[in-house]
Amino acid sequence: MDPGQFPDKWGRFGQFGGKYAPEVLMPALEELETHYLALRENPAFAAELDLHLKEFVGRPSPLYFAERMTKKCGGAKIYLKREDLNHTGAHKINNSLGQVLIARHMGKKRIIAETGAGQHGVATASAAAKFDMECVIYMGRVDMERQAPNVQRMHLLGATVVPVESGSRTLKDAINEAIRDWVTNIGETHYVFGSALGPHPYPRIVRDFQKIIGEETERQMLEKEKRLPDYLVACVGGGSNAIGMFYNFLDKPSVKMIGVEAGGHGVLTGLHAARFAGGTLGVLHGAKSYVLQTKDGQIAETHSISAGLDYANVGPEHAMYRDLGRIQYTSATDEEALDAFGQLSRLEGIIPALESSHAVAEALRLAPTLSPDKLLVVNLSGRGDKDMATVIAAMEEVKKTAASKGAAAPGMPRP
Amino acid sequence: MNRIDAAFARLKESRKKAFVPYIVAGVPGSDETVEIVLELERLGADVIELGYPFSDPMADGVVNQAAANRALELGVDADAYFAMVAKIRERSQIPILVFSYLNPIFKLGFDAFARRAKAAGMDGMLLVDMPVEESLDLQAICKREDLSLIFLAAPTTTPERLEKVLQGGTGFLYYISRTGITGEQASFQQDFAAKVAAIKKASKLPVVVGFGISTPDHVRTVCGLVDGVVVGSALVRRTLEKKPFADMLADIKALVAPLAAPTKETWN
Repeated sequence: MDPGQFPDKWGRFGQFGGKYAPEVLMPALEELETHYLALRENPAFAAELDLHLKEFVGRPSPLYFAERMTKKCGGAKIYLKREDLNHTGAHKINNSLGQVLIARHMGKKRIIAETGAGQHGVATASAAAKFDMECVIYMGRVDMERQAPNVQRMHLLGATVVPVESGSRTLKDAINEAIRDWVTNIGETHYVFGSALGPHPYPRIVRDFQKIIGEETERQMLEKEKRLPDYLVACVGGGSNAIGMFYNFLDKPSVKMIGVEAGGHGVLTGLHAARFAGGTLGVLHGAKSYVLQTKDGQIAETHSISAGLDYANVGPEHAMYRDLGRIQYTSATDEEALDAFGQLSRLEGIIPALESSHAVAEALRLAPTLSPDKLLVVNLSGRGDKDMATVIAAMEEVKKTAASKGAAAPGMPRP
Repeated sequence: MNRIDAAFARLKESRKKAFVPYIVAGVPGSDETVEIVLELERLGADVIELGYPFSDPMADGVVNQAAANRALELGVDADAYFAMVAKIRERSQIPILVFSYLNPIFKLGFDAFARRAKAAGMDGMLLVDMPVEESLDLQAICKREDLSLIFLAAPTTTPERLEKVLQGGTGFLYYISRTGITGEQASFQQDFAAKVAAIKKASKLPVVVGFGISTPDHVRTVCGLVDGVVVGSALVRRTLEKKPFADMLADIKALVAPLAAPTKETWN
């Protein structure tokens, strides 16, 4: 199967995806697709993007051998793809930069975006600042509180951050509000969608700007190990870092891939964001996919300790490869992610984002079950500086629980 | 010919315009919704857009968002919704269409939803985030059930898209008066009259205009151009106020009577 044949011209990945948008937006989506397809073929655009990826973002990001983590697990050899070392601290800048460049070519003057963890907001605000464009970021009030450093960064970068007070006041509601802005200011505004989600052509555009992660990984792994990796692990919120890592390897059958969703308090509790565990076919924010919803089709409230994974819909390309069995999906709970956060910090001196910590948690489970000749790559999609307040609060929580049980909590960072 | 088609045929014959109010089902309560619809009919409504609530109404302004939330808090689901429609049908033959978003309808199943809508006595549906090109299945189902499938056209809609929308749609064409979300506005966008005239010229379907219609002057302007008006947020806002129901009905009457009046004049 050729992964390049998806999405089809209707924006479909099998039965998933599509273009379910209010009529006001439909012409803008068509216009975006037309410009994007033309720019893709334009060598000058490719050269411009390459230059900024190298000098503004700092690509390529290293493929790092996690020696102590490997030793601790006692199984597969673990590498980390260091997207956390990108300018602005996550993979999000790959897409933000690309889309802001498209917007410039389209003659747009104003950039809007939604953000959950704030990484996409910071990345978009940075790209907008660099190219002197007005930038408005929508962020749920709950997320603004738990990712406060990123809110301050966006302000410093000259962006307006609009608090979203509706619904659960998280990512889903920020997207609603960004869409409301876009339908109102459609003429001069480009909406930089942050994940491999939304109506066509967004899932494709975002994937195309993120697939550099997997392309670099292949090149770097061939240099280091003279062969392809055996396992790829990435966290999946909307799924942009994961599809960015996986896409290049989809047609290489020896490479196994695992996407890790947010298990929250555990998928059996109902308080999670594991769409593949609890979701059913639905349409949210323009794309048909697996959606956490009630039997009446109302969107369910999700829970995750990581704002970036706390969302009820999953990228349609992931849904297709999940149904095809090409990519496996699992989940990690809040507790497992916190444990992984602490372990990676101490073992490797790298503080991962809580989102990426879900992928690290899966690697910590999987690696010990594999033989030492296997190669496992974790996409370390972002760094954890933004998560200090959340982690410290969780540590306090754990300390209290541990004190009442008279035992130390394993794996947590030392206070 | 369903009730929507019959209503527009009658209006054309008598050279009147359609007055199309939008309310959210179940707000402030189920019995009250039935009474409000009957009152709207007495005040001159020709077609009712009955909102079916969705948790994430991304094309709606704050008033309609609040009403959808209220309806969901009050437990408005498909059973409650169709029960309200059936109760209205015991007392009125006013055309009623479902106004909602795609997901709640998709989740229940297009086929099942359309059958239930028909059985309850409904006449059509409009799903805000269901563009014409994604709607082939739903078009076939609505045709079979003789439900009108209404699509939106917007100031951004190109002539090529308008053609597609007019091919796929039945009943009437709903033209959005401005790029933006639902809600009241002071005046129309600058090129409004020219755009609406072009849409009217191209359309084989009756054209109604909505989004931001809140004064008799707005209604008069629109009646001079097309076949009807939708009044939504201004009315929904009245249904959200905390006051005795008799007072709410009086407020609704005070709002709606002057808005409906121009549609009852004789237009050329």
